[in-house]
Amino acid sequence: MSFEHINFPVFGQVDYFGKQSQQQLQPQQQYTPSHGGKKNTLDPIVTGTSIIAIKYDKGVVMGSDMLLSYGSLARFNSIQRMTKFGGNTIIGASGEYSDFQSITTTLNELVTDDHCMDDGSRLSPEEIWNYLARILYNQRNKGNPLWNTCVVIGYQGGKSFLGKVDLVGTCFKEDIVTCGYGSHIALPLLRKARDDNPNMNLEQAKKLIEDCLRVLFYRDARSSKKIQIAVAGEQGIDISGPIELETYNWNSGEAAVKNFSQV
Amino acid sequence: MYRNQYDSDITTFSPSGRIHQVEYAMEAVKQGGAAVALKSKQYAVLVSLKRSSSELGSYQKKIFVVDDHVGIAISGLTADARMLCNYMRNECANYNYVYENQMRVERLVTKVADKHQVHTQRYGRRPYGVGLLVAGFDQLGAHIYQTCPSGNFYDYKSISIGSRSQSAKTYLEKHFESFEESSLEQLIIHGLRALRETIPNTDDGLNSKNVSIGIVGENQKFKIIEDEAAQQYLNLLENEEPVEMQTN
Repeated sequence: MSFEHINFPVFGQVDYFGKQSQQQLQPQQQYTPSHGGKKNTLDPIVTGTSIIAIKYDKGVVMGSDMLLSYGSLARFNSIQRMTKFGGNTIIGASGEYSDFQSITTTLNELVTDDHCMDDGSRLSPEEIWNYLARILYNQRNKGNPLWNTCVVIGYQGGKSFLGKVDLVGTCFKEDIVTCGYGSHIALPLLRKARDDNPNMNLEQAKKLIEDCLRVLFYRDARSSKKIQIAVAGEQGIDISGPIELETYNWNSGEAAVKNFSQV
Repeated sequence: MYRNQYDSDITTFSPSGRIHQVEYAMEAVKQGGAAVALKSKQYAVLVSLKRSSSELGSYQKKIFVVDDHVGIAISGLTADARMLCNYMRNECANYNYVYENQMRVERLVTKVADKHQVHTQRYGRRPYGVGLLVAGFDQLGAHIYQTCPSGNFYDYKSISIGSRSQSAKTYLEKHFESFEESSLEQLIIHGLRALRETIPNTDDGLNSKNVSIGIVGENQKFKIIEDEAAQQYLNLLENEEPVEMQTN
């Protein structure tokens, strides 16, 4: 393959004043892209925003919206950002969506291999979470991080699990986990709700997550009101269908697009 | 010795459908010192008889710690066993790094068995001449496994391998139904009694020098009990009425 035809001025490399070329006795410096150079993810392209999750008395609830942004453009508005892995674990991801798809492929392989062992035991959510942390830490050590913050929820053997892994491989378990904008907006709300009602049940936890996502929709410019709620509890794991949040109606003129089916 | 033209090559079947080298390797296991394994709901116990090559030398180690929750007793070529033990330790350490959890015993045993199998199929290899008794405890409970040079492995309630192990098996078959509810101490005593069956009457019998005990279980890391520490269990054995000797 040849890239010789690509020959264009690149911002920051064009010597507009000619000082350099006079000093270096080189009449012109040409920018030639290197051949087959390695390219890392230096910033995310198509991104999802916050994921928030909280433990309730007999399980864990996680919530996210369904928007993928391309920069500030609301590019895709009905994409699920949470995925099931095996029968006990759900992972939600914010950040670069393609990287999350790659993680999904890797973890599905892990879960399939685990299933094929056929020995009556399954990887626990905690084991999957730790494996994920190893993947992300390994990638960041290569200087090519998977640009995600992942929230792992699960329920196995009467124990609920909630943990988080970020793009540099930092991982921890907590009773409340948020990422992205949610760490600024939703985290204090979740903490307060938790302090007021330490033993909330499933319905209360679901409502709390919905309320937080509503606040995020008001405050976070990269969010949408189309959401999903995932639950890991005694009844197993479940990701809800799309829910459209009830929000304040500003009544400020007719919207060009009234609902998502029109897009 | 019985020799025939299908003896030397591991990748060639005999016309009767057997691979002689693998069978000879299985024979090596039967030559080694006896080892007994048994388990209750909470504990798995290994008991083995150590040998020494001379009065001057030390006794050959028979029980190895693999991880906090797994240990093995061996019979056959000790050098091969050390290789396998090293491999198992590595696997456990890797699993612990990747998943921050202890490796399930069956998964570990499957890996070791796969390693054995490779050595029964590839040209230029020889099978491992060692049988392992793997005792472990994980989220599924206490486990006893036996591995063979052929690549097979078996899950047992109790089992013995090594020279004259049939006598120990006879003892275990007679008593195994009581093992499930037994205490750790009772298990050890049963193990020692089974092991005693394998010793010829002419010998000195069990003593703290030639006995090695490995225990693992719920809230009990794998631990080897030897020498002075084993004496208290041998004392218990002495005090009991002698069980009738089995003839093989």
